[in-house]
Amino acid sequence: MSEALLEVRNVTMKFGGVTAIDDLSFKVPGGSTYGLIGPNGAGKTTIFNIITGNYFPTEGSILFDGEDITGTKPDKVVAKGIARTFQNIRLFKSMSVLQNVLIGFHDQIPYTYFEAILRLPRYHAHEKRVRVEAMGILEEFGIARYAEEDATSLSYGNQRKVEIARALATKPKLLLLDEPAAGMNPKETEELSEIIHKIKKDYDLTILLIEHDMKFVNAMCDQVTVLDYGEKIFEGKPADAIVDPKVVAAYLGDFTHA
Amino acid sequence: MKNAIIKLLLILLTLGVIAWANQTLDSYTLSILNNIGIFAILALSYNLINGVTGQFSLEPNGFVAIGAYMTALFLIPAADKIDMFALVDPAPVVLQMKANFLPAVLAGGIAATLVALLLSFPVFRVRGDYLAIVTLGFGFIIRIFALNEPAYTNGAMGLNDIPGIANFMWIGSFALVTLIVMLHIVYSKFGRAMKAVRDDEDAATAMGINTFRIKTTAFMTSAFFEGIGGGLLASFLTTITPDQFSFLLTFQLLIIIVLGGLGSMTGSLVATILVMGSMEWLRFLDDDMVIFGMHTGAHPGMRMVVFAILLIVMMLFARRGLFGDRELPEIFRKKFGKRMRHE
Repeated sequence: MSEALLEVRNVTMKFGGVTAIDDLSFKVPGGSTYGLIGPNGAGKTTIFNIITGNYFPTEGSILFDGEDITGTKPDKVVAKGIARTFQNIRLFKSMSVLQNVLIGFHDQIPYTYFEAILRLPRYHAHEKRVRVEAMGILEEFGIARYAEEDATSLSYGNQRKVEIARALATKPKLLLLDEPAAGMNPKETEELSEIIHKIKKDYDLTILLIEHDMKFVNAMCDQVTVLDYGEKIFEGKPADAIVDPKVVAAYLGDFTHA
Repeated sequence: MKNAIIKLLLILLTLGVIAWANQTLDSYTLSILNNIGIFAILALSYNLINGVTGQFSLEPNGFVAIGAYMTALFLIPAADKIDMFALVDPAPVVLQMKANFLPAVLAGGIAATLVALLLSFPVFRVRGDYLAIVTLGFGFIIRIFALNEPAYTNGAMGLNDIPGIANFMWIGSFALVTLIVMLHIVYSKFGRAMKAVRDDEDAATAMGINTFRIKTTAFMTSAFFEGIGGGLLASFLTTITPDQFSFLLTFQLLIIIVLGGLGSMTGSLVATILVMGSMEWLRFLDDDMVIFGMHTGAHPGMRMVVFAILLIVMMLFARRGLFGDRELPEIFRKKFGKRMRHE
């Protein structure tokens, strides 16, 4: 495994008196798929929000590509090459599928405000270019035929794909997926893992994902970290995680009660 | 290429119609058209921040006032200013202000833009309804400034004898330019980013959009055209007083952009024509009418009652305004089967 692309180093996050993340460290090797699992409220999404700059950690730091990015503004984090999806799908509801993906290209379009107003050649050249690129991404996800539909009119599974496509448009090195398979049926989940495998190869991505579906995690992840109440209770291969007694007690134990 | 030629022909045609109207129509019709033109400029620019970017703002009256006073002071000759300023002598800088019509109007726009830039720093750093509160207060401050700084504004007496250079040729052309600029913004990466901020600010940030910069850009653009609209208004009316720029002006524009559909530029244009036009067309309601041989008697103000009822009915049947957040050509294309939402 190559060097760590992302390193979470001794991160603690407190909200008032509540410690959401307690001295958490892990390394995501470049080119790997890394899983972050744990019961509800374990602090998984909080970690995402710290990595993307939405929260400033109480202690500790985030290193990306060897650079300390702790406290970098969310839009600057995207520019550094980290893109994310949301747990509850958050598409731009007034826009078509294609327009949603075009938003991801925002920073890669160099024309200025005045060039856009005066419709100078650079406007036309770049609008044309990003449309072709966006359609290419949509084709990869098999949803190019919905390009002109309202994004929110699509099926749940397809909306997920649009969200990932939109994140890909920002040309990330690291893709953060927050419960990508949530609410999908087994067939859709299988299709999604195929697509993720494919884009990972085609776009040379490293993926950090949060997921509850252990079958999905097993199929996708090279390594996992298991969180419980903000603390790391396991790190290693997903197959070993399911048999680890601490993990079973904290996480899978919930299933037996349910 | 074909699209560009069609666009150019449409622009030339519109300019031709404006020039023709300016030459041939009587002064009453032209004054209605001028009113529509100025309000179209204001509604279109107000819609950019309020509808497209989704930042609820109550700013137009303040920026229109800045533009109007700026332009008026640049246009009125120094000798007239000395005669006019009855309360105190005009400030030296006021006497020095002198410019031709176009630079005077642009100066109004630029002044409003700069003020918008100053306002945006405190306002857009936080989310929520602060913009509405701050801009509402700002409108009052501008009015109170105009009332209490007679050395610059001649106080409550206002400015009169402003050279009436703004004819329909000027106003119509500025309205056309505003419409084109607004549509060009909407159909660009900036317009997309503004809509993204409106739909979901967190998701927009997660796409790498600097939301502070996008909101400030939209706000400053709105302010620029509102300032220009104010300048044209000053020259069209030839008289301005602080009371003209009360909250009612903002309220009227809010009615227009909601009726046209928040986020739809062509909707704002159509709504301006409907609202400003019906204020005139419904005038017959104020007069004595004969219904089935019975005289109703004159009821001044009746047209406002009917106008209000019409507005309510329209909003009941078209909740999201006439065009929603779509532009007219998009609706047109969708109706006729060709699902091409982009240029």
